[in-house]
Amino acid sequence: MKRFSIKSLLFITTFLLASSVKLYSAGGEAEPIKVDWSFKGITGKFDRASLQRGFQVYKEVCSSCHSMQYLSYRNLGEPGGPEFSEQEVKAIAASVEVTDGPDDQGEMFTRPGRPADKFKNPYPNVKASIAANGGAYPPDMSVLVKARPGGSNYIYSVLVGYEDPPEGVTLDDGVYYNKYMIGNKIKMSSPLSDDIVEYSDGTQASVDQMAKDVTTFLSWAAEPELEERHRTGVKVIIYLILLTTLVYLSMKKIWSRVDTEV
Amino acid sequence: MSDHEYTPKSKAGKWFNDRLPLLTLGAHLTDYPTPKNLNYWWTFGGILTFCLLTQIITGIVLAMHYVAHADLAFASVEHIMRDVNYGWLIRYIHSNGASMFFLAVYIHIFRSLFYGSYKSPREVIWIIGLLIYLLMMAAAFMGYVLPWGQMSFWGATVITNLFSAIPLVGESITTWLWGAYSVDNPTLNRFFSLHYLIPFLILGLVVLHIWALHVPGNNNPVGIDIKKPSKDTVPFHPYITIKDTFALLMFMIIFAGFVFFSPNVLGHSDNYIPANPLVTPAHIVPEWYLLPFYAILRSVPDKLGGVILMFGAIFILFVLPWLDTSKVRSAVFRPIYRQFYWIFVLDVLMLGYMGAMPAEGIYLVLARVGTIYYFAHFIIVMPVVGLLEKTDPIPMSISEPVLTGGADPALARKDNEKI
Repeated sequence: MKRFSIKSLLFITTFLLASSVKLYSAGGEAEPIKVDWSFKGITGKFDRASLQRGFQVYKEVCSSCHSMQYLSYRNLGEPGGPEFSEQEVKAIAASVEVTDGPDDQGEMFTRPGRPADKFKNPYPNVKASIAANGGAYPPDMSVLVKARPGGSNYIYSVLVGYEDPPEGVTLDDGVYYNKYMIGNKIKMSSPLSDDIVEYSDGTQASVDQMAKDVTTFLSWAAEPELEERHRTGVKVIIYLILLTTLVYLSMKKIWSRVDTEV
Repeated sequence: MSDHEYTPKSKAGKWFNDRLPLLTLGAHLTDYPTPKNLNYWWTFGGILTFCLLTQIITGIVLAMHYVAHADLAFASVEHIMRDVNYGWLIRYIHSNGASMFFLAVYIHIFRSLFYGSYKSPREVIWIIGLLIYLLMMAAAFMGYVLPWGQMSFWGATVITNLFSAIPLVGESITTWLWGAYSVDNPTLNRFFSLHYLIPFLILGLVVLHIWALHVPGNNNPVGIDIKKPSKDTVPFHPYITIKDTFALLMFMIIFAGFVFFSPNVLGHSDNYIPANPLVTPAHIVPEWYLLPFYAILRSVPDKLGGVILMFGAIFILFVLPWLDTSKVRSAVFRPIYRQFYWIFVLDVLMLGYMGAMPAEGIYLVLARVGTIYYFAHFIIVMPVVGLLEKTDPIPMSISEPVLTGGADPALARKDNEKI
């Protein structure tokens, strides 16, 4: 029986591995930098201060081109996220002019944003965003981290991966070289430079720091449930292990009545 | 089927049972004599029932919040993930549940292949099982289309385009399937409708599958016919119910590991990019559980030929009970077949890997070799080995395998421990 179980184990392992292997490595781009994110691992949590700084980078830098249409301002105050206070969330929302309506006269009007509003799009539609960005669509950032094979590591790497093109690579106007970008060519110029934002908590706004902060923010935006998911997961698995043990003991007891091992 | 007449104790029970013998059915299911030597590979039937019910229940809740419209589907999934109470949990259970369902069904099928459970008198159970498997693939494929991400859209485009390989009427059939001149809103709408329908068809077939099982009773690792009930059997409840529960809980721990700690590892990141008919992804790959068939499809240079082989790879399983010429069921007593069995397992795993790789160079060569071997296993190995193989002596009963003196040594050892 032993020989057989080893084979079986091998089989299941292969199956699980085969399903989770990285299926493709594309062209000449470098492997994303592995960052030790606080939110990885089974008990991972977001760094609250980093989320708040990351939101600042998003607001002051990214949001001029990138939409985040599936997030609402209220999300910024919810547990597991940047957890801005209620006042701060109201103030952030109110700083945005939102088009609403039609009113009783059938007219559209603008009003200050409310926490329930979705993040305001920088462009009226996708075509406008493409036209304004040299023919490249600045992707919506709501689930961007989940939409790229390397996830958080990849987003961070692209933000810090701008460099001069190697010899022999010629770039068209408005195209930049990035070590980590899929295909190595990107139409977004390097968005971050030292001290482009001023952090209110006194953290030095280096490119690396901002890239980490905004990636943390984007990772939360893509998976706002992450902390709750990790917490619940630990409880569920502990519960299942306890229950499995009890059921195992019951099974042993019941099967002791017959002359067969289980 | 029932081995003894069942009479309800209470008067009301008797009154009801005379009119609809549900209590008799319950008694039959409880007492159902099951071979006592079933190993843990036999617990996957119960696990699969759990998977089906999980998919149906989570699916019904998801359908309350999902919008089957090309412009709204992606956003409605994000709405589920962000705004619906525990929507993320329900959706991750459903999406990972599909993978777990297939993991379990593959183990279930390969168990049947090893122990010869498809052979007489269980051919109908096997065929119903294959029908369930076919419907599962259809349901999973259509379910993958519903989030309307890039892989949804392009996967649907690739698979529906297969039908255009049919001579003369192919193009018309494809257009008819789409309800448009490309994969579009009508396609999404009908896929949602069918995705909701198929699980209930599967449920019906599962009832038939179990009914057909209860006619001859379970096969067992030794693969011999046993007298039922006898000292070789145990009543289904509590012996098998508790064992199935234990195995199910182990399975649920793995399931929960995926759901809570890496819910997207089995999916493709491109599916978090909204569908865009103007941008083709660099590599279009189906979900992992369809990869071996995808490899077979792509290994044939001719489109129609590829489609025929891909469907043939599944349909050949339907005639397997008649391709296998061996009189012995369990591979435990078939030393030659046992070797071929493991080669076949490796072949299917390799095909799956090739299905994930680009169809070029060495990958294509290996995919072709794997495809040829896949069919050779059924068309050549099964009939020939069955006729030529000298099988090991088979025990007379589960309880007394030592009487024949020559059973599989490992098995004999195990039984000696028991006795």
